[in-house]
Formats: sequence, structure tokens, C-alpha cells
Amino acid sequence: MAEKTVSSEPPAKAGLRQALLTPVGLAMGIVDIPMRAWQKLTGLNGMAGVFLAPNMVIFSVFVLLPLVINFIYSTTSGGAIFLPNRTYVGAEQYRILFDCGSYLDPSTCAADTFWAAVRNTAVFVVFQVTAMLIAALATALILNRELSNRGFWRAVFFFPVLLSPVVVGLIWKWILQREGLLNYALSPFGFEPFSWLSDRFWAFFFAVFVSVWAHMGFYALILLAGLQAIPKDLYEAAAMDKASPTRIFRRITLPLLMPNLIVVLVLALIRAVQIFDEVFVLTGGGPGTSTMYITQFIYETGFASSLRNPGLASAASILMGIVLVILTLVQLAASSRNEKKGTRR
Amino acid sequence: MTRMKSIGAAFAAVLLSSVAAHAGDVRIMWYSDGGEGEVIKDLLARFSKANPDVNVILDEVSYDVIKEQLPVQLEAGQGPDIARVTNLKALAPHWLDLRPLLADAKYWDDNFGAQADWMRPDGSDAITGFMTQLTLTGGFVNKTLFEQAGVEIPGPKATWDDWAAAARKVADSQKVFAMAIDRSGHRVTGPNISYGANYIAADGKPAPLDQGAKEFLSRFVKWNEDGTVNKDVWVSAAGTTYRSAAEDFINGGLAYYYSGSWQVSAFAQKIGDSFDWVMAGSPCGTVACSGMQGGAGMVSVKYTKNPKDVAKVMDYLANADVQKEFAERSLFIPAHKGVAAGPVDFKTDNPHVQAALKAFVESAGQTAAAAVKLPGWKWSDAYYSAIVARISQVIAGEMKLDDAYARIDEDIKAKVGGN
Repeated sequence: MAEKTVSSEPPAKAGLRQALLTPVGLAMGIVDIPMRAWQKLTGLNGMAGVFLAPNMVIFSVFVLLPLVINFIYSTTSGGAIFLPNRTYVGAEQYRILFDCGSYLDPSTCAADTFWAAVRNTAVFVVFQVTAMLIAALATALILNRELSNRGFWRAVFFFPVLLSPVVVGLIWKWILQREGLLNYALSPFGFEPFSWLSDRFWAFFFAVFVSVWAHMGFYALILLAGLQAIPKDLYEAAAMDKASPTRIFRRITLPLLMPNLIVVLVLALIRAVQIFDEVFVLTGGGPGTSTMYITQFIYETGFASSLRNPGLASAASILMGIVLVILTLVQLAASSRNEKKGTRR
Repeated sequence: MTRMKSIGAAFAAVLLSSVAAHAGDVRIMWYSDGGEGEVIKDLLARFSKANPDVNVILDEVSYDVIKEQLPVQLEAGQGPDIARVTNLKALAPHWLDLRPLLADAKYWDDNFGAQADWMRPDGSDAITGFMTQLTLTGGFVNKTLFEQAGVEIPGPKATWDDWAAAARKVADSQKVFAMAIDRSGHRVTGPNISYGANYIAADGKPAPLDQGAKEFLSRFVKWNEDGTVNKDVWVSAAGTTYRSAAEDFINGGLAYYYSGSWQVSAFAQKIGDSFDWVMAGSPCGTVACSGMQGGAGMVSVKYTKNPKDVAKVMDYLANADVQKEFAERSLFIPAHKGVAAGPVDFKTDNPHVQAALKAFVESAGQTAAAAVKLPGWKWSDAYYSAIVARISQVIAGEMKLDDAYARIDEDIKAKVGGN
């Protein structure tokens, strides 16, 4: 039997000494001493500030400052990019955006393309988010079942999420263009070649379809995690009570999945309001302006147009930001309500 | 410690190289329509060999980058040292005046003087660059399709209506699209001018859309509605995005394609002997049979850190021998007066190319005065953009034509007012 080494030091102190012998441990130890001194001097809150400072600096420089600059831009006019070369016009850009005979009819607005984009975005959000929720939930329910090769099927549904949105747009453009795969596949059935992306209805349909196809895997994964967290014994008890599948879904699955569904709903909403990349590549915003959404309007107005109007683009982006903040607050409120419900249970 | 200093110095060098140009660096932003990228690379390689003190870097980008990203860089006081651009006049405040830096400014005035005003601020005598080629818009005909359909190709004085009728017959017979026009305001401006349009008001600012422009635009919309024109080209994007129909023509899906001389090189490479094609000038309107002049210019950017080296590169590229070789190998109509006056031996075995370039040179004589003025007019692009965005909406069924006319005027007014 091997002889045990007996140490007079407590195990924690021995561990610290051991750790200090390594370069990383030594570095940590050196940092630790002034940190502890600072903590003693200022208390825990002061220390939190020290730890938060680097993040706050990065947040201020890369998020807060651009936001402020963007707001300043929205109060200026002209094509210049350099701020001192721009003319201060106060709320003029906002006045132009809101100069409308009727907000329901973009053609009565001074900035008719902006309101067309707002209307298009609202319609897109309603259809896309609904389709996304249904598709993601259905996929999660199927993938939660005891399927053979379940891992493979989960990977298949998640795969599009890994693709760049530009690649997604290009792939589907190749499929849907006049000389594309879809027309080729339909031709043996007597269908004449059709320009799917030049038709207002089909361009909108495929804008929704492609964005759901591209992102559904991510939301399905969130819902799948929620489904797997539901205790199995609840389903066993329901089966013993001979509850119907619909009743089980309505009374067990749906209520217990609600926190995940709310997260999915709000994330999908925010993503849908920001839609740009895959639809821009797929349809270019056409035909006409029928798939032009707010982000594209901002891009076109601020950057792509021959005579850019960064002020108007900034004002539009501020308005879009406000909508996104409201959606985020809804998410926070919904999450906290759910947490409270969970605590009460 | 020495090692630490070396690492620090290397790190600093990497940081500096990412933010500042080295003395002797000349960065060129370049886009290609056809094979001219290879030609310029070759020419610059020769320059680099003879001038090892100047490091020329050629950044090849898409036309969209030139159109959308370069102006933003320039507004921010940045950008390359030299760029190849088509929007020459509106961006003129960003170009460098090379006059005091050139070896022989008179040589430039003599050979590039005719287009010098296209790329300098109004009222200035600055030399900011030179045209890499002169272009002219015109119609390309798929001769094979016309022959297969038994339809005669309309003659030189044929009107737009004659061409539409002939191309429709070919389309019906061969199951292709009759016509296409690039999604570009510049492209529809030649036809507009042929029907009497004048964009420039007496005070030099944009005039409201006149009856001449409406004459052609209303025809164009009708042709999109009845399927004469491939409407995919104009409704495949929103806003002012440029779209060409070249691929449709190259794939043999178009009887008649209205574009311009810059396509010749690409057609020579991509069509090969798949079918016979000819260039048929610009169809006539009620007033003229005019195409639109234009082209891409090489301009120096005033934010360069190395103006002397930039001038050295520009002097080399503007040299008559270099210009001649560039035109002959890239199959471009030369802008250099001396080169254009002499024999230009285009390097191609393709008989269509020689004929097309000859036809473009001949049809240049028919260019209307209004079309000659527009490349040097500050507000051309504002006018073009408004036409593209609004006429696309009409074709897509979002707007009535009369409303579009009113919106075009409002859009242009807003752009002029805001700049």
C-alpha cells in the first residue's frame, strides 16, 4: 500500500499555491490582489463597474454612438456623407416621411415608396411569421417523435440555417427564374415557362416561402428543446386516461411549450421586420415595389440611389428602430410574465 | 526584449498598412464589361516592370460596386487613387486636377479634349482623366432568328414601331422574346430623344418630362404589356438597380436587343458561332434616329496620397500606343483622337465584331445634339434614375402612366432640391 503524503495546509490553500505555479495561474493571482483591494475599498458594485467597463466602452463606440450619429443624420439634408458638410433641417426628413393624404394609400404620400415598403413589410410579417410558427411547430413535433435516423432528419431541417442568406437567395433564384429548375420540372406536364418572380403574387409567395425555408430550422430547434423538456410522465398519465391526441396537444404540449413559442414568435417577428438579404437577392424588391421592404428602402435611399439621401434613410431607420424596440419590449414583458407564472406554479 | 520590440513593430506596420497607402502605391478600382480587364492587367504589368518605384494595385470589382459603393467612399473623402466610372459628371468634385502634374497637358487637351468636360466640374478646365472607350447605344439583331422566321431585317431608317412589328413576327415564329432594353435610364434616353425629348431646361436644371419622352415611354410600357418586350428585365428589381438583358440575347432568347457598343466584346466571347448577329444602329423616332453617347472614364481621385505617381500612371495609360493596343484588344471604340483617326486593327477573327464596330462608328454620325450634351450634364443620372424607378412600377401594374410622369418630375425635383 502506498504511503499517503500528509500536508499541514488546508486543501484550498494547497490548490492556490499549485495554481500560482502555472503562468496563467500566476497572472490571475497578480490581477486578483489589486481586484480584492479595490473590492474592499469600493464594495461589490464598484467592482461590477470595473468588469462592465470594457463592454460599456465597446457598446458605446459601436452601438450607442452610431445610433446618436444616425439620429443627427436624420436631422440633416443633402447627399454629403461627411457630417459637417450636411445642412441641418430639423424634423424635415420626418415631415417628408409623414406627408401623406392617407397612410393606407401610399400613392397619396410624398415618400410613396417608403409607405409602400411599410405596407409590404406589415403584410410580409403577418404571413411570414404565421407560416414560420406553423412550420417550425409542425417540424419540431415530427422531429420529437421516435423516428428512425432522427439525428439525420434534424440535420436536414437545420441545414438551411447554416447557409448565407445571399446563397439562399441565389439558389432559389436559379430555381425560379424563367429558365430555372421549377419550369424545367413542370414542362413535362404541359406547363409553359412562367416568370415566377415577375408576377406580384408569386414573387410575394416565394419571398415568404424562401425566408421560412431558410430560417425555420433555427426556430424548430428552440421548440424541439421545449418539447423535450416536457416531462414524459404527463403524456403517460394522459395515455392512461385515454385522452385524444388533440386534447393532449391542447392541454399538455401547447401550454408547456408556451414560453418557447413566445420566444420564437418575438424572434421571428423581429427578424421578419428586418428582412432584406435573401429577398433582395431573390426579387430585387420587384416586380415594381411589391417585395421592397423597409430595410431595402433604407439601403436604396441611403446608398444605392444615384443621388443618395442619407438623411431620409436615417429618419426611416430611426422609425424602424422604434418598431423593433417596441417588439423587444413585448418580448421582455411576455418573458417576465411567463417567468412569474412559472414561479407561481 | 528585442523580440518583443520586433513583434510590436510588425504589429504597428500591419496596422498602418491597413489604414494608409504607402508612398508609391497606386490603387485602381476597375470593372469590366468584357475582356478589357485582362488587357489592362497586361498593360499595367508592363508599366510596373518599367517603373518599379510605383506599385500599381488593380482591384477588379463588379459594376454595382462602382455604381453604389464608390460614391459613398468618395463622399467620405476616401476611395482608390484611380477609378473607372461611368457617372463622371455628378462625381466630378471628387476628381483630381492632373493638369499641373502631367508631363504634357497639351497632349491631353488635343487628344481627350472633346470629352474632358464630361468629367470635370462645370466651368473648370481641369484634366481629371480620360475615356477608356467611347460608347454608343444601339440595337443588336439575332440575324439567325430573323432568317429562320423569314422576316426581313428592317433598314437603317426603320422606326421603333417598324422594329417592334418585325421582332414580334420573329418572336411568334421562333418562340422567343421579340425585344429587350436594358433596365437603365440611359438606354431609354436615346429613343426618347429620337421622339424629341429634351431633359435640360433653359437654366441648365432638369426640365419636366416632355411630350417627346412620353411618346417613347408610352410605347415602351405598351410593349411590356403586350409581351413584345421581355418585361422580366424591367420588373426584376425595385428602385434604380441596373439590369442588362445581355444574357437573354447571348442565350438566343431575343430577336432584338437594345444596348450598346460595350457589349460587342462580351458577345464576341460568349456567342461565338452559336448564331449570327448584327448591330443595326438606333431605330428612328419622329425627330431623329439617335443613340446615346457615353462611356467609361479613368479618373484620378483627389483624395490620393500619391498624386505624382497617379499622374505617372495616367500619363502612361493615356499614351497613344497604349490607347491603341487597349482599343484593339478590348474591341472598344477609342476615345483618343489620334488613335481614332488612324487605322484601328481590332484583334478578332469574329466577322460580326468588325461589322458591329463599323456600324457603331457610322451610326455615331446620327447622334442628336441633345444626346451629345447629356453625358456632361450634372443631372443626367437623377433623370435616368427617376425614369427607371417609376416606369418599372407602371410595367409592374402598380401605377398609371400619367401618375408615373408626375412622380418622375417630383422625384427629380426632390433630388435637385436636396443636392
